[in-house]
Amino acid sequence: MTTFVLNRRNLLAAGGSVLATGVSGLLLPARAEGLAPTASMPGGANNYRKGAATVDRIGKGGFWMSGTVRRAGDGTPLAGQRIQIWAHTTEGQEHEPQSHGATLTDKNGAFRLEMPQIIPIFGQPHGHLAYDSGEFKTVFLRPVMRSAKDTSLEAHFVLQPA
Amino acid sequence: MKLAKVTLTWAALAAAICVPIAAAAASPLLAWRGPVYILAGFAGIVAMGLVLVQPLLIGGYLPGLSAYRGRRAHHWIGGALVVAVVVHVAGLWITSPPDMIDALLFASPTPFSPWGVIAMWAIVAVAIIAALRRRLGLRARTWRIVHMPLAIVIVAGSVVHAILIEGTMETMSKAALCALVLAAAIKVMADLRARRKRGTLRGESIARQ
Repeated sequence: MTTFVLNRRNLLAAGGSVLATGVSGLLLPARAEGLAPTASMPGGANNYRKGAATVDRIGKGGFWMSGTVRRAGDGTPLAGQRIQIWAHTTEGQEHEPQSHGATLTDKNGAFRLEMPQIIPIFGQPHGHLAYDSGEFKTVFLRPVMRSAKDTSLEAHFVLQPA
Repeated sequence: MKLAKVTLTWAALAAAICVPIAAAAASPLLAWRGPVYILAGFAGIVAMGLVLVQPLLIGGYLPGLSAYRGRRAHHWIGGALVVAVVVHVAGLWITSPPDMIDALLFASPTPFSPWGVIAMWAIVAVAIIAALRRRLGLRARTWRIVHMPLAIVIVAGSVVHAILIEGTMETMSKAALCALVLAAAIKVMADLRARRKRGTLRGESIARQ
């Protein structure tokens, strides 16, 4: 004899799977595997300087900004995309030119740029990233560090054609 | 004995305000900030200290000050609070205009910004109405009905604003200052309410006789 225990966990699991398969299948059949594009974050474009130079490293380094760039929909990694990065660091304020730099994604759509340690500014330790090269729609990100002591930060782009 | 109490009370108030300022002055973050940004930050901390002084003055908790002088000082400190907030906002605007504009337009990604902006407008509103109080012919009761909710907004807004910020203030001294601000505001509101009730009761019993 089997007994079906109707507790909250079972109910949530069953309900969740029904929702996941049923609702998405009914409402979004064409986008069942669609990867939604990343929206720009509030304040993401603050202190942006257009056309930051592609560099091996911003300043003396010591902090790693990394992430990925993929195409909306199928999620294909996008190689050779230029990502601009800036932040308030130990070597300069956000708006100052030496705080800005850019890097390109590798064949796996990943980027990684060494920069000086990010310092809390305006009440939050955060960085800024931009995709602004024209082929895809412009996206500005403003990720916040979990702790001001972190020595790395990640941000991920899903771009849609312009 | 009385002198000791007077000295202790004032020393405690001075410590409650000066310790957080001194702790912030020792913050390593200052090394990477320009003078205008530093000034703006400290204006904010000073403003928080003034928000602590205000209820203490109006409640008559500071020994050696008559009720009249306490009220006069409350007015002047209110003016100083406006100046401190103006320096805070102007300094941050100069430091990073887009971030300050986002904050003022309630479009900022930082959760503490709207609390600070709301408290700022409440401070401005109290200052304007206080300056025009005589000209508007506001009675004590009307003024109280206007000032009390705004005072609650100022205290709550400032405390949440300060607590959520990751800046130069040291965590413990910031929390202590915020707790004192809350305690002072709650105490003065409760006491003034009790005093008013006693006053009305006495007034009514006299009227009945």
